[in-house]
Amino acid sequence: MLAVSFWQRVYGRLLATWDLANYSKFFGRDYLLESLFNSIEVTLLTTVISVLLAYPLAYALAYKVPARYQRICLLLTVMPFWTAYVVRSYSWLLVISENGVINVFLRSLGLVEQPLEMAYSRGATVLGFVHFFTMLITLTIYANLVQIKPSYQKAAADLGASPLQVFLRITLPLSIPGVAVGAFIAFVITIGDYITPQILGGGTEVLVPQAIMLQIARAANFPMASVMSVTLMVVVIAVYLISSKHMKVDRL
Amino acid sequence: MSSWLKNSPFFAYLALALVFIYLPVAVLVIFSFQDGVLPVPPFNGPSLQWYEKMFENERLVDSLFNSVAVAMLSSAVATLLGFLAAYGMAQRMPRFAGGIRFVLMAPLTVSYLIIGIGLLISLNILGFSKSLLAVGLGHVVINLPLCFAIIHSQFGDHIKNIDSAARDLGASDFQTMVRVIAPIMKPALFVAFCLSATLSWDEFIIAFLLSRFEVTLPVIIFEMLRAGLTPEVNAAGTVVFAISFGAVSLAAAAIMIGTRTKK
Repeated sequence: MLAVSFWQRVYGRLLATWDLANYSKFFGRDYLLESLFNSIEVTLLTTVISVLLAYPLAYALAYKVPARYQRICLLLTVMPFWTAYVVRSYSWLLVISENGVINVFLRSLGLVEQPLEMAYSRGATVLGFVHFFTMLITLTIYANLVQIKPSYQKAAADLGASPLQVFLRITLPLSIPGVAVGAFIAFVITIGDYITPQILGGGTEVLVPQAIMLQIARAANFPMASVMSVTLMVVVIAVYLISSKHMKVDRL
Repeated sequence: MSSWLKNSPFFAYLALALVFIYLPVAVLVIFSFQDGVLPVPPFNGPSLQWYEKMFENERLVDSLFNSVAVAMLSSAVATLLGFLAAYGMAQRMPRFAGGIRFVLMAPLTVSYLIIGIGLLISLNILGFSKSLLAVGLGHVVINLPLCFAIIHSQFGDHIKNIDSAARDLGASDFQTMVRVIAPIMKPALFVAFCLSATLSWDEFIIAFLLSRFEVTLPVIIFEMLRAGLTPEVNAAGTVVFAISFGAVSLAAAAIMIGTRTKK
């Protein structure tokens, strides 16, 4: 309760005094609005790629790995989750920077002459996020998949469905809640994260959290920062409303 | 044999995914033993010089202790409050349970940055200056919903029966809570504590916004990054990873022991 009273009271008070002037300023200035679009683009990209990568992984873990090894495999898959936030982004910098592991590897194979410029770009930001959320979404989808009763799939197969049909018409629809929960968490965290775009994006484009930090650190413009925070929250709530009917958290 | 062959694409994918997932961690750890000034190939070493240098860096060591203190204290408070909330809700207020649960869980969907700014502004208004205490408070705020959720999920009808049995046998409210319910809840409390400790330990943005002179480890690492790539950051990162991994393993072990005794 402490938590909620904090942010609600805070915004209530600030918005009461500054109200619409700040909002019109936010939506009036191109570069601020642009940060919102950038954020949404990066977040959507991250969420979609993570789900696409995570689904087969969770599927393989749930159905193809023998039951005996499932737990250990799952543990292996999510362990790097516990590397610190700042450190994880930094590690990717080591991997993709100009003299990083990948470039050195490619050059030693003679595949590229010039080092590829991968760090400090939107691609790098998305890569950092995708790495994190592939683990997380794998977890939610896996938790969902193992709860689907095998008898459904068996029944469908007995009734003459091909393996592909079983997957498309039984397994996939039943696993949507796991996908939705994972995707929603990924969306919320990605859109509000400062570290990953700051370290990996390297200032090539500004996302909303970075814009917020700039407002606070450079201009100490708390009302403006609040406006942007509220905008972020509105986006998150909207996404929640859209996705909530697919999420059945109790089933996880 | 044929099933192995048929499933080989899946195993190949699994292997590829593991490479993707572990690549940055491996690079981080390997180059923390680098014998040179840059944490990039070629690898010379192994050497412990960067670990030595790290432990000579006073600010870094201080921040390590700060981090541990903040993580321990804030998680203890969050676990305690989460326990009290879950217990109170289960025993006393079934009617408002839905509403209270919503209010307690809602902050889980708000990003830390926003909570951090909310805290920064409200502490400003209250005239509370930025400090480690403020960071600890912030971490209580973000971890309370999680602790509550974990502990709440363990309360069921059997707990209610035990609770009324204890009362029938003459235990006071406080005795029931401390001597009967809390020991039963020990695994859940322990898991909640470990998880929130690792979250607090890793947390950057709130610590960054709410601290001034004394900072926590992630903030120091972020500051070091501005100076460029150095194996010292690798060493610090490896230590951070090792410690959170230890805490998570403890929590996982507690869960396994907990489920085993239940059976």
